[in-house]
Amino acid sequence: MAKPHRDLVRDYRQDLRLFGSPPARAGLVAMVAALALLPMVVQDDFWLSVLIYVGITAVGAIGLNLLTGYCGQISLGHAFFIGAGAYVTGWVGSDLPLYLWLPTAALVGGLLGAVIGPFALRLRGHYLAIVTLGLVFIGEHLWRNWRGLTGGNSGTSVDAQVSLGPIDFNRVELAGEVYSRNQGYFWLVWVLVAIVALLVKNLVRTRPGRALQAVRDRDQAAEVIGVRAGRYKIGAFVVSSAIASVAGALFGSYQQFVSPDEWNLLLSIQYIAIVIVGGLGTVFGSILGAIFVGALPALIDRFGDAIPGVRTSVGGEGFISVFALNQAIFGVLIVLFLVFEPRGLAGIWLRIKAYFKSWPFSY
Amino acid sequence: MTAFLQNCFAGLALGSTYALVALGFVVIFKSTGVINFAQGGLLALGAYLGYTFSNNLLLSFAVAILLACGAAALVGAGFERLVLRRMVGQPPFAVIMITIGLLFVLEPLITAIWGFDNHQVRNPWNINTVEVSGLVFGVKDLWTIGLTAAVVVGFFVFFRYSSLGLAMRVTAFDPEAALAQGISAKKVYAVSWAIAAALAALAGVAMAAGPGGLSPSIGFIALAAFPAMIVGGMDSPAGAVLGGVVIGLAEALTRGYQDQLFSWAGDNVSVIVPYLLMIVILLIRPYGLLGTKDVRRV
Repeated sequence: MAKPHRDLVRDYRQDLRLFGSPPARAGLVAMVAALALLPMVVQDDFWLSVLIYVGITAVGAIGLNLLTGYCGQISLGHAFFIGAGAYVTGWVGSDLPLYLWLPTAALVGGLLGAVIGPFALRLRGHYLAIVTLGLVFIGEHLWRNWRGLTGGNSGTSVDAQVSLGPIDFNRVELAGEVYSRNQGYFWLVWVLVAIVALLVKNLVRTRPGRALQAVRDRDQAAEVIGVRAGRYKIGAFVVSSAIASVAGALFGSYQQFVSPDEWNLLLSIQYIAIVIVGGLGTVFGSILGAIFVGALPALIDRFGDAIPGVRTSVGGEGFISVFALNQAIFGVLIVLFLVFEPRGLAGIWLRIKAYFKSWPFSY
Repeated sequence: MTAFLQNCFAGLALGSTYALVALGFVVIFKSTGVINFAQGGLLALGAYLGYTFSNNLLLSFAVAILLACGAAALVGAGFERLVLRRMVGQPPFAVIMITIGLLFVLEPLITAIWGFDNHQVRNPWNINTVEVSGLVFGVKDLWTIGLTAAVVVGFFVFFRYSSLGLAMRVTAFDPEAALAQGISAKKVYAVSWAIAAALAALAGVAMAAGPGGLSPSIGFIALAAFPAMIVGGMDSPAGAVLGGVVIGLAEALTRGYQDQLFSWAGDNVSVIVPYLLMIVILLIRPYGLLGTKDVRRV
């Protein structure tokens, strides 16, 4: 008897499986292996730190994508929640172990989201964009003036414990070999990326996840079939804020020092650029976007001298500063991708995959 | 009492700037359903163009203002034509994102052309003042309030009596019915963007002519006009003006009494007052002071 093709989906359960086909499973194994081995191959501290920041950004971007890509709400306030996560870590990180301060940061972020969300989300339309825009400014004021928590303008050091049982991520010992802080953090961050990605991927397959997508596609129709649009929008905002706080907590603990200048509008815009470039409504796309866009500021900072016209020091040669160049690139990426490739890098990837799936008979 | 009136006057001047920008928001929101985040970029662009016309080309200030508004209107309409026209039929969500992108392109572009330095715009107002019974009025502030009032009146006359204004109102009310009546939606959208950009440019030049001068961060003033739009009601031009004045007064009064009343809230708390006021309004009257309540049944 002829076997059905391996890509043929025959029932609903099979359709829902995350890693259903053999190539997908092979890809998963390859990805895990690559992430586990990468820090041993790449030992340069600069590249490791770029990859760590990319991982932290990926966590935050997955959170924003849940809200923007799956629920269709625009938030400019991601920077606020990331900052909140970092300060919570600075506050409790030295007293609590890793498995407690990380959830604490998530909890505080989620609570803040639950307080702020209802203002904007019980209304139809894009009020959230404007309210969260205000949130960034209110937050910046708060961070500059709440000296006890944030150290005011001069910033505060974040001293968080990063050990889990016998493993200290500052100094990982594995089979007699000792790995550096950057290598340890790489593993920590990317394991968390995997956890958050799985969490969100699973969330969007459940009833609440489907409800979010229904609200995004047509809120009125969603309400007709019994989805409480306001409640689900607020729920998505809460989860997204919690994930953003986790990203902030990681950011703070890795950088060991945070100042209020970091949580500005540009950071939020960077996250928006990431989810748009990566692909709205795909978890995989957020990670792709984080790799391409999240690494840009660090790369420009490092290789700014080589780019013509870029001014790397105050009063130096060139017509555009590093900061302004980042800003312009984010803006251009947002516009170009929305106009020419609204499905983002994930869409391009899917197209390539579809092409080779039916190769040589694709047309 | 003098201090209070003085603060109120400062608030009124600031509020009229907000009102101009917020009016631009409302024009675009009403006709296209899009929240235009790029308004701040257009404001800065208009201000810098005004600076170039006035200082480098040595045109008279009135001509410079007109040219700056015209040039900004062209940029606004051009942007609508080149980018947003492709997005017709897409959800407002994507278009809002594009305007955010545009804002973040315009700002570095401006610093790349004009640099980071603070410029002084050559203008007849400068820091001249008029004193009336103990109160000091800045000439620039008086002009700003006067120009805003004139523009707002002209705007309402245009909307009420001209055929293009009628076309815009119809398109805002029901785009399909408007199309069926032979109204060109393309023209209406382009004109909305041109009007919004011109209003922003006017606000920008008026700001830049003040004692603060012209710096790249001038576009931030437009972000504070978002609360004005919400306070007044997102779909109400009159609300935008009212909201602008309310926000301006609140901000100026907070700044005026910072030391006496608000020192506990930290330095420069006046900067975030517009946003706090917006949150209060969203709590008690979510559709704004003059906005229409969104009625729908499921």
